[in-house]
Amino acid sequence: MADFEIKDLRVGVEGREILKGVSLQVNRGEVHAVMGPNGSGKSTLSNALMGHPSYQVLGGEVLLNGQSLLELQPDQRARLGLYLAFQYPIVVPGVTMANFLRTALNAQRGYDGKDKAKAIGPKEFRELLAEPMNTLRIDKSFLSRYVNEGFSGGEKKRAEILQMAVLRPTMALLDETDSGLDIDSIKYVSESINSMRGGELGILIITHYTRILKFIQPDYVHVLVNGQVVRSGGSEVADQLENTGYSEWVDEPAAAAAVAEEV
Amino acid sequence: MAVAPRINVGDDYKEKYGFFDPENYVFKAKRGLSPEIIQEISWMKQEPEWMAKLRLRALDIFRKKPMPTWGADLSKIDFENIFYYLKSSEKQSTSWDDVPDDIKRTFDRLGVPQAERKFLAGVAAQYESEVVYHSLHKDLEKKGVLFLDTDSGLRDHPELFQEYFGTVIPAADNKFAALNTAAWSGGSFIYVPKGVKVDIPLQAYFRINAENMGQFERTLIICDEDSFVHYIEGCTAPIYTTDSLHSAVVEIIVKKGARCRYTTIQNWSTNVYNLVTKRALAYEGATMEWVDGNLGSAVTMKYPSVYLMEPGAKGDVLSIAFAGKGQHQDAGAKMVHAAPNTTSTITSKSISKAGGRTSYRGLVKVQPGSSHVKSFVKCDALLLDDQSISDTYPYIECDESEVTIGHEATVSKVSDEQLFYLMSRGISQVEAETMIVNGFIEPFTKELPLEYAVELNRLIQLEMEGSVG
Repeated sequence: MADFEIKDLRVGVEGREILKGVSLQVNRGEVHAVMGPNGSGKSTLSNALMGHPSYQVLGGEVLLNGQSLLELQPDQRARLGLYLAFQYPIVVPGVTMANFLRTALNAQRGYDGKDKAKAIGPKEFRELLAEPMNTLRIDKSFLSRYVNEGFSGGEKKRAEILQMAVLRPTMALLDETDSGLDIDSIKYVSESINSMRGGELGILIITHYTRILKFIQPDYVHVLVNGQVVRSGGSEVADQLENTGYSEWVDEPAAAAAVAEEV
Repeated sequence: MAVAPRINVGDDYKEKYGFFDPENYVFKAKRGLSPEIIQEISWMKQEPEWMAKLRLRALDIFRKKPMPTWGADLSKIDFENIFYYLKSSEKQSTSWDDVPDDIKRTFDRLGVPQAERKFLAGVAAQYESEVVYHSLHKDLEKKGVLFLDTDSGLRDHPELFQEYFGTVIPAADNKFAALNTAAWSGGSFIYVPKGVKVDIPLQAYFRINAENMGQFERTLIICDEDSFVHYIEGCTAPIYTTDSLHSAVVEIIVKKGARCRYTTIQNWSTNVYNLVTKRALAYEGATMEWVDGNLGSAVTMKYPSVYLMEPGAKGDVLSIAFAGKGQHQDAGAKMVHAAPNTTSTITSKSISKAGGRTSYRGLVKVQPGSSHVKSFVKCDALLLDDQSISDTYPYIECDESEVTIGHEATVSKVSDEQLFYLMSRGISQVEAETMIVNGFIEPFTKELPLEYAVELNRLIQLEMEGSVG
């Protein structure tokens, strides 16, 4: 059994079935990419895996290290080691990044406001942040800003990866992490992700375009079309897509150019 | 009077604030209100004749004035069932060791002496009707700062009382101002001399212990020219199934160039009617700031006001209200621009949960001749569920053309997207909601001294946890 296993997952939104039986297996240390055109179910996949309440699971199973996830709340899934880097990170006014990161870390450590020994100390917190903030070129002043409020596209995505670096999940879902990124940001973000790559971490990159895959080489690529995986293979699948686009499956004008866009 | 229990703040309030002491009082007046009881209170206090007469006149006004029906539902208040005066201790102490044991333990549990040692320049502790403990840093005393309970203030400084008492809020102002003027006891009297800045806050803590208690503290603050003071008050009470009444009057005079900040963290138990009149007069270039936090009580009606009397005067009200199950927080502000070139801002943040109701009620009034006035009102309401209610009653009365008045109001809900985002980081739903609420009131919290900010965030956490399910 793989460390992260999606078995025949079927998911609906507002009564419409979007994912029609998706199966994937990701082992620790591996990087997988799920590629697909607009409307193929990419966002549904990432949201359903994390447990967004608007997505109804109609069937199937998801296991992380043998533990079934689908009955669990998003926070329970996160505490088991699942992480989602959001395509559109959410603004939380009045809550500083520092407070947010500290609360998330403490939640992961099982600190419930009572047993102070479990809470992260100020020094440990600073040390934990130092390296990823450096790699991601994030300034210290960033910690006193409110969560995602007034962040540029690049800052939002870098913040998502910073959270990932701090929380150290065993399975990370990166949802369109390269969208809205300028070329510098994509370098910093890739550098940070590549430094975490391997070891205990499994990564699933969800993307329309091949751009990010030039910075983070996937071990496996899966093509998602109309709610189903239609092809799986090595990184050559991405190269192929860059030439042909999704035209094999969908009627997409200038598809090849679209897949390689923004490179 | 039989009233359905309104206990809903959870066991945490009970444990932390909701405990009570056995009644072991020096004097407890009969229930109800009569000229005899008023005379008795005045006699016990050995007041000057004019004050006794003022009380009786005020009682008359109280009886003649109808109950206000424009705001929260007050129809269940039974004035005859209330104890109007309760003296818990023979004398006032300046050392905690001299405070009767029960009462000292109470304030210990509430953390008052600890706070005093850490970060306060002076402390008053009122228990039922009388102030039982009082202190002020020696260096402030030397500078001529007066910080006394109001009874002692009247006794020791009759000339200031004759000049100012009841001038900002006359007995006839409203029914509850009349009630307070008739039955007042305790409260703080502060005088800050010209040019003196009291850099560390002064604090008063008001505690109701007995069932069906009426607490009517009366506060008078005079900031002389170019002075500064920050006064903080906190309030709690045990949880009973029948009602108590808290009806305070706070009068403040801020003279030329002075600044006064008045911070309240009101956390009454949910059987308390909290009907308070607070008003300040701000003179030339003076600044009055009300920082008003309302978490507790069954019903609160409170609209801190600033009368901007001379050019350059500035008024600020920054308030939050949290209404849980069975609570109605009818709060707001009043700014009266009585001179040109005066400015005011009102920022109101309200949170309703589990069927609670918050109302913003505010008035900005610009009198004729007050040109170049600037005023800005912003009210934000946050609803935590579909049963909770928020409403807004902003009034503007303007008799002048050259003015700038802005008003902005928003109502929002805690969104599924915000919750999902925070929970995807391992944060539980209750903690995520608490974070969102604390973030929402952050503009308020950041104005508090650090210790109070921490305490307020913790209180919000209790409220969020306490009323789950």
